[in-house]
Amino acid sequence: MSRVAFGSVIGHLRRTPLRRNLIGGLIGLVVVVLVLESVGPFRQGQFATMAYLGIAVGGLTVLTGLNGQLSLGHGALMAVGAYTAALMLHDVDKPLPLPVVMLLSVLVTVVVGAVVGVAAARLHGPYIAGATLALAVAVPGIASFFGDNLGGEQGLSVSTPEAPGWFADAVYFLTAHDVTGTKYLAYVGWFGLIISFVLLANLSASRVGRTWRAVRDDEVAAELAGINVGRARVMAFVVSAACAGLAGGVMAMVVRIAAPSGFTLALSLSLLTAVVLGGLGSLFGALIGAALLTFLPQTITGLGQSLGLSDLQSAQLAPLVYGLTLVLVILLAPAGLVGTIRNAWRRRQSPDPAPIHPQQEAMQ
Amino acid sequence: MQQLLTTSLTGLTLGMVYAAFALALVLIWRSTRIVNFAQAPMAMITTYVALVVVNAGMSYWIGFAAALVSGLVLGAVIERVVIRQVEGKPEINAIILTLGLFVVIHAVAAIIFGSSFRSFPAPFGLRGFEAGGVTIALTGFAVFSICSVAVVMLLLVALFQHTDIGLKMRASAFNQEVSRMLGVRVTRMLTLGWALAAVVGSLSGLLIAGGSLVYPSYMDSVVVYGFVAAVLGGLDSPGGAVVGGLLLGVSLSFVSGYVGSELVAVAALAILIVVLLVRPAGLFSHATARRV
Amino acid sequence: MKRWTKQMTRIAGVVTAGALVAACGAGGRPAGDSSSGGAAQVGITKDTVTIGATFPLTGVAAPGYSEIPTGAQAYFDYVNAGGGVNGRKIKYLVRDDGYNPTTTSEVTNELVLKDQVFAMLGALGTPTHTAVVDFLNSEKVPDLFVSSGSIQWGDDPKAKHYTFGWQPDYEIEGKIIGQWVAQNMPDAKVGLFLQDDDLGRDSELGVRQYLDKKIVKVVKYTAGNTDVAPQIAALKASGADLVLGFNVPSYTALSQLVALKLSYKPKWFYSNIGSDAELVGNLLSKFSEGAVHGTDPLDGVLTTVYIPGVDATDNAWVKLWQKVWDKYGKNGHLTNYRVYGMSEAYAFVQALQAAGKNPTREGIVGAVEKMGNAAGPPLAPFRYSADGHLGISGMRVVQLKGGKSSSLTPVLVTDIGAAPIKEDDSAANDSPPASGIPEVKPAG
Repeated sequence: MSRVAFGSVIGHLRRTPLRRNLIGGLIGLVVVVLVLESVGPFRQGQFATMAYLGIAVGGLTVLTGLNGQLSLGHGALMAVGAYTAALMLHDVDKPLPLPVVMLLSVLVTVVVGAVVGVAAARLHGPYIAGATLALAVAVPGIASFFGDNLGGEQGLSVSTPEAPGWFADAVYFLTAHDVTGTKYLAYVGWFGLIISFVLLANLSASRVGRTWRAVRDDEVAAELAGINVGRARVMAFVVSAACAGLAGGVMAMVVRIAAPSGFTLALSLSLLTAVVLGGLGSLFGALIGAALLTFLPQTITGLGQSLGLSDLQSAQLAPLVYGLTLVLVILLAPAGLVGTIRNAWRRRQSPDPAPIHPQQEAMQ
Repeated sequence: MQQLLTTSLTGLTLGMVYAAFALALVLIWRSTRIVNFAQAPMAMITTYVALVVVNAGMSYWIGFAAALVSGLVLGAVIERVVIRQVEGKPEINAIILTLGLFVVIHAVAAIIFGSSFRSFPAPFGLRGFEAGGVTIALTGFAVFSICSVAVVMLLLVALFQHTDIGLKMRASAFNQEVSRMLGVRVTRMLTLGWALAAVVGSLSGLLIAGGSLVYPSYMDSVVVYGFVAAVLGGLDSPGGAVVGGLLLGVSLSFVSGYVGSELVAVAALAILIVVLLVRPAGLFSHATARRV
Repeated sequence: MKRWTKQMTRIAGVVTAGALVAACGAGGRPAGDSSSGGAAQVGITKDTVTIGATFPLTGVAAPGYSEIPTGAQAYFDYVNAGGGVNGRKIKYLVRDDGYNPTTTSEVTNELVLKDQVFAMLGALGTPTHTAVVDFLNSEKVPDLFVSSGSIQWGDDPKAKHYTFGWQPDYEIEGKIIGQWVAQNMPDAKVGLFLQDDDLGRDSELGVRQYLDKKIVKVVKYTAGNTDVAPQIAALKASGADLVLGFNVPSYTALSQLVALKLSYKPKWFYSNIGSDAELVGNLLSKFSEGAVHGTDPLDGVLTTVYIPGVDATDNAWVKLWQKVWDKYGKNGHLTNYRVYGMSEAYAFVQALQAAGKNPTREGIVGAVEKMGNAAGPPLAPFRYSADGHLGISGMRVVQLKGGKSSSLTPVLVTDIGAAPIKEDDSAANDSPPASGIPEVKPAG
């Protein structure tokens, strides 16, 4: 009797998304350690970049894919997180411990995100895109205006934090390698990514996630069903803003500076490209998108140079590829790379799929 | 007093240019219900075409005409080839598509024309003139800007109100199904709408470039200001776009002159938020607001 | 049952992986940790020396500045054709940062960690290089001859041991300009047109030592925002009849343009970095459809020079640069920016020679500190020492007419802080060696 009960409890637990996501997270952690220990410092820096981009893209894909709000201003929210972290790490002899700095970046960005989210909650389609576009263009100007405190165009420099003793010892114990500044940041970034992805995955599989999808698919029906549409929208925005804030904080440390020039419209557009590429709503797609954003430019630039283009022209090939990808994906495969593959897989498994709601087809 | 006059005149000139851009956005919105975020790089690339023509030794006016013609062609081609595929689909697809075009056209311009800052000629001179001890910061070029935008608007009004084609375009925008049934070639009208909007956009690109430095991103903030102006006036209303543009130009000029030029974009954002919260349909719109 | 096994397999897999990772290198840190010592010098091989640089090849600061690395590359080609330095050819990697500090950080990372350069040479920009100076010093990469006049490259050698300036810093330029104005235009109402970063700040510091009471208005612009109408209007409203501009060349053109529009005609004094007559003239001529010709717009403008420019066609250095450019230059003709690049490259070759047959990063730093009396293109001697890493010690005040500069003063030298200004023509008349390549003996 007790054995059956035990078995059914275990069975219940192992089927829950929480269990699945936690195990996924653990596996991810192991992979991260293996990879980071076996590459050189430049690649570690690139992985750190991929980590913070992944966090930002993950938050954005949940907002856009699950909740249907297209935000072009997440670069600006990253700026908020980055400046918060930079203010605490700039020219300070004894900086606050890193988790505190990260937490503060997240909190400040959450507050800003709440304000923006409330304003955006009543908007739809092109209005929210235009408003967040205006936000993306406006925020760097604020940093320039308050130049005395925020460093102006020159920005705030951030010194790389030292790995705490216990962490360096633990890593050495496991892998016999020392922890350089870059490697520490890569660990911090990936740790943050795994935590946020596990949380996002749980959220999206929970009742909250279902509420968001309901609001996305049919506002009127959701309202009729008793869902507070405005509150659901703001919640989704706030969660994605928290991710952007964390990403910004890590970015400030990886790039070693928080300056207005780092948060151009191009950043927000690249985040969007990564979301669309991976498929709106898919966290795995967000990871793929972030990887492409980090590693593709060098490959493409190298390709351009070998084709005979000048250095400057080759540098423009990467944005060209991003733009073309956006256009082609929307025209040919609206579900994104991951979404399309997933759909193809599903279609192979069950030959007669139920007709997909047209709005859902765009945001799998 | 001097500064007030200078700021107002600068605002007026700039406002007319924003009005032109807003008008382009409104034209496209009315016909295809899409906000064309790619309008900015489209205007930018046609201005580069003009720059190439001028650098080759030909007069400014030939370059001007070349820019407008290439705008016409570009608008028509983009609508026919790309935008056609997403008309009628969920609006998020169209938005992402125009953003993708934004990035593509940007990159193409940088690859073909280079990313360096280049100066762009301005006819009718760049000197302000004095009158009774007060400098009037109205250059010949500014007067030209105001006049050309006004002329274009009058032409458009004449087109829409008094010609057959204008009537057909308005019908297609109002109700596609019924227009089709009445024999209007709706898809042709949509293409024409995009082409005309692109011409107006190119004009605004040329006017902003004149007497200033041209580089691939120079129109990027204009798409935000044009959008704010269009929303201020009402996305459905061409007249509203003009009024919105003027209001926005003057306000932003005052912010730039009296507060600080870094806060201009913030001011535009603030105006946008206020409009969307208080009167989301804009000042002159006829459409009722969505309420959920 | 099947799911249970699948689950167990997954858990077992994770545990095994973790065990493997632990087994790979588990164990406490041994006492007496040894770091990898005696490794080969980064960036130096038997026949190459790799150096890196970041320049704004695109963006608002590109006009003019993007030509500097082409000059340096031409001179390095010249030296490499002669066999290089101690048998090593110089490999010069240039990366674009668009005058954008975030990009500078990223490409410098690439140069140091991926391309493994031996040293950085002439990285350009005050706001841009500020973003990476701490990184370069913590990675112990020699950061030679930064192309910027901020004093932070040399006023604190203890904190920034590996960084050196080269051109006269903005503070001494401000002092020299300030003193000249105080002596020659005592009744002027002075306005300052500054870039809003250390470039502007350091310049203002120098100017205020001599002109504090005469300054009626200070306006600042942000590089990247091309609307300077409010600033120029404010200068006009304050009644300033002499404007000192410390800005990059695009803003020289823009300030001239806006002043035209507002009918504002003060006397203009632009610092050296923004005053190339040919470049500004080119930018402006387009604006008025050719009505403004060539170098006319800057006629009568005052500025400073510290290396001989292309207008000094009789100067031995300029003849050398012309020879080098004719043979190895790629597009375009010799301009003052290319001369700047070649002069910096010349100084680097001197430093590399002084570092000996087997240069090390520490060695080259020590060699530069001893370069005070090296004969080179600059008109004033270097100030390098163990206590200060700032470079050229002074300049001449000149007036522009028809693209040529005519000197108004001898070479004036000074230092940052309260040091007085003296005349010192000692370095102004040296010539290059016949081969055009320096012949420096290894230092000590």
